[in-house]
Amino acid sequence: MRYLPKSPVERQEMLAAIGAKSIDELFSTIPEKYRLREALKIPGPYSEAEVIQYFKQRAAENAAGYASFLGAGVYNHLRSVVTDTIIQRGEFLTSYTPYQAEISQGTLQAIFEFQTLMCQLTGQDVANASMYDGSTAATEAVLMAERLTGRQRVLVARSVHPEYRDVLKTYAKNSGLRIEEIPFATSGTVDVKALQGALKDDVAAVVAQSPNFFGAIESYAPLAEAAHAVGAMLVVAIAEGVSLGLLRPPVEADIVALEAQSFGLPPSYGGPFAGVIAAGERYVRQMPGRLAGQTTDFAGHRGFVLTLATREQHIRREKATSNICTNQALCALAATVHLTLLGKEGLREMAEQNLSKAQFALAELLKIPGVRRTFDAPFFNEFTVELPRSVKIVNSHLLREKIVGPLALGTPYPELTKHALVCVTETMPRGEIERFAGAVKRALEQPV
Amino acid sequence: MNEKIKKASRHTNQNEGLIFEKSSPGKRAFELPPLDVPKAEPAKVLGAPHLREDIEGFPEVSEIEVLRHFTRLSTWNHAIDLGMYPLGSCTMKYNPRVNEFVARLEGIATEHPYQPQELSQGCLRILRLLEQCLLEITGMDAITLQPAAGAQGELTGLLLIRAYLQKQGNPRKRVLIPDSAHGTNPATAVIAGYEVANIKSGAQGQVDIEGLRKMVNEDVAALMITNPSTLGIYEQNLPEIAQILHAKGALLYMDGANMNALAGITRPGDLGVDVMHLNLHKTFSTPHGGGGPGAGPVAMKKILEPFRPVPILAEKEGGRLALEPVRPDSIGKVKAFSSNFGVLVRALAYILAYGPGVRQATEDAVLNANYIRKQLEGFYDLPYSLPSMHEVVFSDAIQKKNGVNTMDIAKRLIDYGFHPYTTAFPLIVPGALMIEPTESESREECDLFIDAMKSIAEEAATQPEIVKTAPHTTRVRRLDEVAAARKPVLRWKPAAPRSTAAD
Repeated sequence: MRYLPKSPVERQEMLAAIGAKSIDELFSTIPEKYRLREALKIPGPYSEAEVIQYFKQRAAENAAGYASFLGAGVYNHLRSVVTDTIIQRGEFLTSYTPYQAEISQGTLQAIFEFQTLMCQLTGQDVANASMYDGSTAATEAVLMAERLTGRQRVLVARSVHPEYRDVLKTYAKNSGLRIEEIPFATSGTVDVKALQGALKDDVAAVVAQSPNFFGAIESYAPLAEAAHAVGAMLVVAIAEGVSLGLLRPPVEADIVALEAQSFGLPPSYGGPFAGVIAAGERYVRQMPGRLAGQTTDFAGHRGFVLTLATREQHIRREKATSNICTNQALCALAATVHLTLLGKEGLREMAEQNLSKAQFALAELLKIPGVRRTFDAPFFNEFTVELPRSVKIVNSHLLREKIVGPLALGTPYPELTKHALVCVTETMPRGEIERFAGAVKRALEQPV
Repeated sequence: MNEKIKKASRHTNQNEGLIFEKSSPGKRAFELPPLDVPKAEPAKVLGAPHLREDIEGFPEVSEIEVLRHFTRLSTWNHAIDLGMYPLGSCTMKYNPRVNEFVARLEGIATEHPYQPQELSQGCLRILRLLEQCLLEITGMDAITLQPAAGAQGELTGLLLIRAYLQKQGNPRKRVLIPDSAHGTNPATAVIAGYEVANIKSGAQGQVDIEGLRKMVNEDVAALMITNPSTLGIYEQNLPEIAQILHAKGALLYMDGANMNALAGITRPGDLGVDVMHLNLHKTFSTPHGGGGPGAGPVAMKKILEPFRPVPILAEKEGGRLALEPVRPDSIGKVKAFSSNFGVLVRALAYILAYGPGVRQATEDAVLNANYIRKQLEGFYDLPYSLPSMHEVVFSDAIQKKNGVNTMDIAKRLIDYGFHPYTTAFPLIVPGALMIEPTESESREECDLFIDAMKSIAEEAATQPEIVKTAPHTTRVRRLDEVAAARKPVLRWKPAAPRSTAAD
């Protein structure tokens, strides 16, 4: 087997050195009756060429060659080949969590740079080294607010990503948290009146997303004001990081939960991505996840270590702030390289292109009779439109023209059947947007 | 002239500062294609209050500077690609490059989780085949691939147990955890809504059966056990342990962190285990990447199947696969979207390369650990004498007499070109040296490691100072962790003065 570096003779010599007659002797503590006698029934062994062929065949059964107008928490953005070049370096790819700081300075400094970039983007004081994804970051942000406030009621905007809310509910079920949902207003943003009505001094956190699941941009100040008036914390989730190239960061938020997928990570059928928690400095000791900090060695040279580990499971066990151990380090590194490549100007320009393309797409769609905007709040690269017929039927017509149409909102929001969530990023050429609008028009003109 | 001397003594790549310190206004490393639609005016479209000002301190550098910066940083890391990485419990094995290649294929990396399922059959078939392989290896009945890492797998497993017990009327109060367990076990039990009761290990480091019998009652939901234990010792009494739990209606959870000792040899499903997680980034070789991403599939017996996280991968007529979003008894979702799919792709590529030969990998892993144990016995104290599986745990008892502890030995190992073993874990061994070579090490590499360890034992006896002040060859020396925690500096700020490291 090409991955195993031993010859049969070497195996025999090593067994002899141990004093064992056969390899079976080394497994003698496993009672005979529980040892497998037959070979595992799994395909293989495959040569490298066969492995590649298997996955190329599977790839051909997917959606390659289709233009997609899906976003909804997973975004297609331009990526530089430099990012992949860096994260495939063995020194990053095949290293472990940097507990042994002296031979992990590369990873540690990169995490420190990641934390810095995340603080700069979100307007917060501190950011952690990563969580699994945006959904678990948002969930852990709520658990953090619970610890900080000692309260257990949580108000979550319905305009927060449905899957983020699902994950929160799973974690909340057994921790005593009571989750209530706050409706959205006709603008598509949080219904602030309803929020104020639900807020009492037993609320740990108000959770909102911006741009929210409908693409609508929230105003943070009224949400923060309402939450803070009763001593609750404002948790802001951000699923589309590129928006921060243009939009005001949530400085009013107490905790920010960011999904970093948009920063150089491919959609990859839903993962791996990287979540981040950022917050004010005063909350750092209740933060979950790893943190890299700057220090010096005994010769006085600057270096970095994992720090404040007394929050973490390997030290605190059942009293830890979270059970997270393995995080999404390599994804966070990809985001660090990607953002460094984009830089100040590149990130802004990418964000501006998203804005322009989405505006253009909306204008094209609104030319079609019967198509109208659902909400009137400003949006970034995603918006919601109402179609004069079922989104599913329209989408099945689009598929015939090699277009993966927008997300039908009727499943997560029964009151929004016939409404579709359209996403257009900088990767979508004008011609494809026009072709999409044309295909939608044709789909609507088809006889029922 | 001075400058030349400076460079000779400290190579420039040793002086790499933070990327923010290289920044200069107007530089960039990425260009977009020109905008092909009318430019929207942000202030007009969004309104001025929604707009941000310049991001202060955000990097402005060129492409070559980015590439060089991160390449230089990378040279400060140890890695499996550079040499043995014998971290016990972490299973640092070879990460085949073809796995990276296939995970990046067009049609794999490019797929959106919400695209129509008729356009996702390739992704779903990958998931299905991986499920089947992992079920065959574990001997279990059903599986979920959703959890993002081992700890999330643990949580999923306990939530399954909780939902199952709840369905019978009482979720129960307590989870039993041996004192040798990973810290994630107790941390997870608390999130699942359970109190933790620690079980003391028996004299041989195994679960004390009589003690367990006394602790298991109708309040106990489950026992979380690692097999082989974190001492690298096979838990022979597992079937009996399962019986004790089952007799009182409790379930047996197995932490699969050490599955690299069992794959192809024995199956937890045959040993009475009800539910377990696998760490694909350990046993199935997906890269650790400096701390993640991982994946933590959870395999289970039939009784737990109805409670699996949604969506459920199901086979339809004609062999078509579908993700079913609704199951009445499901515990819900533990992460957004289907899974850490890209990690699952790599794990399947690894399994296909071995096929049934996974067994050979396990055998070689156990062979390497026993070879190292045999050669180092006598040089280092062996606190538990039962046979080792894929890892061996020594203690620093001999070296302690000269004031040298496990951390000192670990740091000295760096000077010999190796990553340290796991130090100070498991907690039941004071001054533990936990060594897991994996199957990826040749005899030659094992011999080099053994020589290094023997040499350090000798140094600890004759010149302990050199061990206590190690490492001596790294870019930075031992770092002041106390200062880092006392006054945390967790981000770069524009005002910060330049450090002496740049000198």
